[in-house]
Amino acid sequence: MKAGRWIAGVLLGFALAGLALAQGGKLEIFSWWTTGGEAAGLFKLFEIYKQKHPGVEIINAAVAGGAGSNAKAVLKTRMLGGDPPDSFQVHMGHELIDTWVTTGFMEPLDQLYREYGWEKVFPQGVLELLKWNGHYWSVPANIHRANVLWYNKAIFEKYGLKPPKTYEEFFSIAEKLKKDGIIPLALGDNGIWASTHLFETVLIGTLGPEGYKGLWTGRTVWRGPGVKKALETFARMLDYVNPDHAARSWDQANDLIIQGKAAMYIHGDWVNADYLAKKFSGYGWAPAPGNYGVYDALSDTFGLPKKAPHRKEAIWWLELVGSKEGQEAFNPLKGSICARTDCDPKLFNPYLQWAMQRWKTDTIVPSLAHGAAAKESWLAAINDTMSLFVTNRNVAQAQNMLAQACVDAGVCTR
Amino acid sequence: MRRRPFFWLLVYLALSLLAVFYLVPIYVLVVNALKDYREVSVEAMWRLPAHLSLASFAKAWFGDPASGMTGLGQNFLNSVKLVVPAVILSVLLGSINGYVLAQWRFRGSETLFFLLLFGMFIPYQSILIPLVKVLMALHLYGTIPGLVLTHVVYGIPITTLIFRNYYAQIPRELVDAAQIDGAAVLGVYRHVILPLSAPGTVVAVIWQFTQIWNDFLFGVVITNKPDVQPITVALNNLAGSFIVEWNVQMAGALLAALPTLLVYVFMGRYFIRGLLAGSVKG
Amino acid sequence: MRRYRRVAFLLLAPSLLLIALFVYGFIAWTGWLSLTNQNDLFVPHVRFVGLSNYLRLFHHPRFLIDLKNTLTFSLIFIPGSLVLGLVGALLLNTGVRAEGLFRTVFLMPMALSFIVTGVAWRWLMNPTSGLNLIFDALGLGFLKSGWYTDPAVGIKAVALAAVWQLSGYTMALYLAGLRAIPQVFYEAAEVDGASPWQAFRYITLPLLTPVTLSAVIVLGHISLKIFDLVIAIAGISGGPAFSSDVPALFMFVTTFQANRFAQGAAISIVLLVLVSFLVIPYLYWSLRREVAE
Repeated sequence: MKAGRWIAGVLLGFALAGLALAQGGKLEIFSWWTTGGEAAGLFKLFEIYKQKHPGVEIINAAVAGGAGSNAKAVLKTRMLGGDPPDSFQVHMGHELIDTWVTTGFMEPLDQLYREYGWEKVFPQGVLELLKWNGHYWSVPANIHRANVLWYNKAIFEKYGLKPPKTYEEFFSIAEKLKKDGIIPLALGDNGIWASTHLFETVLIGTLGPEGYKGLWTGRTVWRGPGVKKALETFARMLDYVNPDHAARSWDQANDLIIQGKAAMYIHGDWVNADYLAKKFSGYGWAPAPGNYGVYDALSDTFGLPKKAPHRKEAIWWLELVGSKEGQEAFNPLKGSICARTDCDPKLFNPYLQWAMQRWKTDTIVPSLAHGAAAKESWLAAINDTMSLFVTNRNVAQAQNMLAQACVDAGVCTR
Repeated sequence: MRRRPFFWLLVYLALSLLAVFYLVPIYVLVVNALKDYREVSVEAMWRLPAHLSLASFAKAWFGDPASGMTGLGQNFLNSVKLVVPAVILSVLLGSINGYVLAQWRFRGSETLFFLLLFGMFIPYQSILIPLVKVLMALHLYGTIPGLVLTHVVYGIPITTLIFRNYYAQIPRELVDAAQIDGAAVLGVYRHVILPLSAPGTVVAVIWQFTQIWNDFLFGVVITNKPDVQPITVALNNLAGSFIVEWNVQMAGALLAALPTLLVYVFMGRYFIRGLLAGSVKG
Repeated sequence: MRRYRRVAFLLLAPSLLLIALFVYGFIAWTGWLSLTNQNDLFVPHVRFVGLSNYLRLFHHPRFLIDLKNTLTFSLIFIPGSLVLGLVGALLLNTGVRAEGLFRTVFLMPMALSFIVTGVAWRWLMNPTSGLNLIFDALGLGFLKSGWYTDPAVGIKAVALAAVWQLSGYTMALYLAGLRAIPQVFYEAAEVDGASPWQAFRYITLPLLTPVTLSAVIVLGHISLKIFDLVIAIAGISGGPAFSSDVPALFMFVTTFQANRFAQGAAISIVLLVLVSFLVIPYLYWSLRREVAE
């Protein structure tokens, strides 16, 4: 009789497996999250997905390298070749809209937003960036903040310093530190986007959030005195930066803070995840100078390509990405905050809790260096400008190139 | 050769200096691969590891499944499945082309050689999109055979060059003698050329093995699913876009280079012999 | 001979067909693309725009720097590899007992991919903690440099890494070439009272010319397509003020980051035209030379 029950058990097991397989399709997710907290977060989402939809085989088509440059090349080759993944990681804002939406590759997601009430959960600033032509085109998985000032607590204590709120304060601190042989500001622009990133915080600090937003709509003039001042401030900041910045990637610049060789680092909040991974706790943070009350946001989002081979499974994925459960599982591991405003702060580390607070109250502006503010060709032109400016500090040439970039992007007229 | 000991001293000194030049970067790779994550940093690159650790090699090979990081081990076989047929086919085609162009010159054969050779010079980034489209039409996109085809096609120019130069050395008399005995084009190939092909083949095989094993661009674009990707793509993925564990990266680089390194260590002598046989005309 | 022409042709046919499609077909497609307005992932009205993509290119400061960099790179990489290879081969050819060991060491860099070489050299060329540290320690401070972080050096540093990687190949070529020179020539020269230097200049070098020519073709095609090494060392942005940037990288970024496909195609065509101007006469000349022998 025991044998009989055992056989029945096995048969039942096969039947269930068969049912699961029969139900199963596939899901191919494309991203550049291959290691560290990002991969861990992605993996967690996969686990939850598998619990909800057993029998779906998840294919993790991730490609590393160059802040997504390899992945983007592969993705574009695939999309143009007619082999889209079921969903892919893409930055919210113009990177998504101008690359994939206006060109007709994506499906609108209004149905999902209505069904899950996402319009009430995501802040207005984000909804604006996800919308085009009256429709929503992707689901934000997270929010990163770009305009943060990180500092080495030991150095600040030693010199009795407080995080600078304005550029004057920044420069006076920088002078003091430089005289004592400490690098005031760390920078790692082996990938020039890091310099564009720093510059965008200066643009925000000089023009203010509305002025900054106007740059991307043509309202703020690139040839104007505001941008000129921003370039001059940026040039001055570069005088206080580590001389080997072109050799360091962003995380190698962060090492300077960890080793106590540099005092300040103006960079995005993935720096926090780096500190935690390297088990360093002697750091503090504040909004970047001139950026108080402003949240310079970027987001990794997922959308629905038109010819996704497994549309049903892809929609389930999007539901998960936008859900409270999904975001609460993904973000603490990734080191970012939820795009939703209703996540439980207790799950997050102190910095992220601070960021979550600000997310609800600060003015949200789109990040330039990370695809939210301007389309890819525009960003490429600005990166080219930075490549030259960081070396030659020629304000007139840079301003000219920036203005021309706006014209080429079809937003400005001169 | 009567040479003073001073001469030998100079020669050994010079060779050692050269050896240092070639070994320094390898030293950096090895030393940093043996460190653990917190110890490895650009600032301390020259220092020997405080405690020797093979952990980064293990992590590079096996990955870290708990955190979703895949290692090199799974893709090693893919590279093997890619390299073996690709090398065999491209060397075969190169051999036949080289033979025909070297020994059966007809009007226009020089032009054809030019045309074949010119293919070496196109930057592969510029043909990725049409390549994908053609492979999709052939239902080979996303497969290892598709990658094999790509490498065979783009290997034709260099293998043809190698073999043509090599076969040009074979004395005309041998071919003529075989012809008198009744052999035609293929017969000469089988009876005269093939037996003499070993040295030239070694050069072509070593070159193609290196190129194909180390290729990244075609691998990442053509084989788009992780379970068919070659080891170079997996190596690239050891680097996160944000956090890079340099010790694991370097360990991975060394592991991925091991097969080619071994090829050079063991076949180096034959490489020289092959070049010798195919070089200067006496 | 004419009877065999058909068979010869048939044997070449598979390669010719494959190259016709995968090389020339694609070049034609690239050329067509470069003359259109397809500078986005999808363009509703595709039309010809003549040479405007090319004109834009030549007004772009980055492209002009790239062309200069390719020239600089080639002028360091090709002669550098040849000279270092020749020196190494001459040393190895003296009959030292440890030849096998040294030869293996010299050939090892060839086994690595450009990406791996690039990662190692990027670390070595870090201005504060790499080779500069060692130079200081050895009292060779004058050798210090900013390497790829110094816009005045830029691509020259990349060329150094490339020489490191491929001089083993030229060394192997030259070693084989040296071994192929019949001893009898040197003996005759000695009898005639020639000095070692004269023997080198009038016997060795001329007889090594075919080796040099074939090495130049291989090194040359690598020069023109250099991509992985630049990214691994100087980053995807091509170094400060594009000092390490090369056309292949600009093409990659233009196509796959800025989505300007037609413009990227224009870069490829310009590269190919340059290649043709250099390579075709060169091949013609070296083949003529061969026939004459």
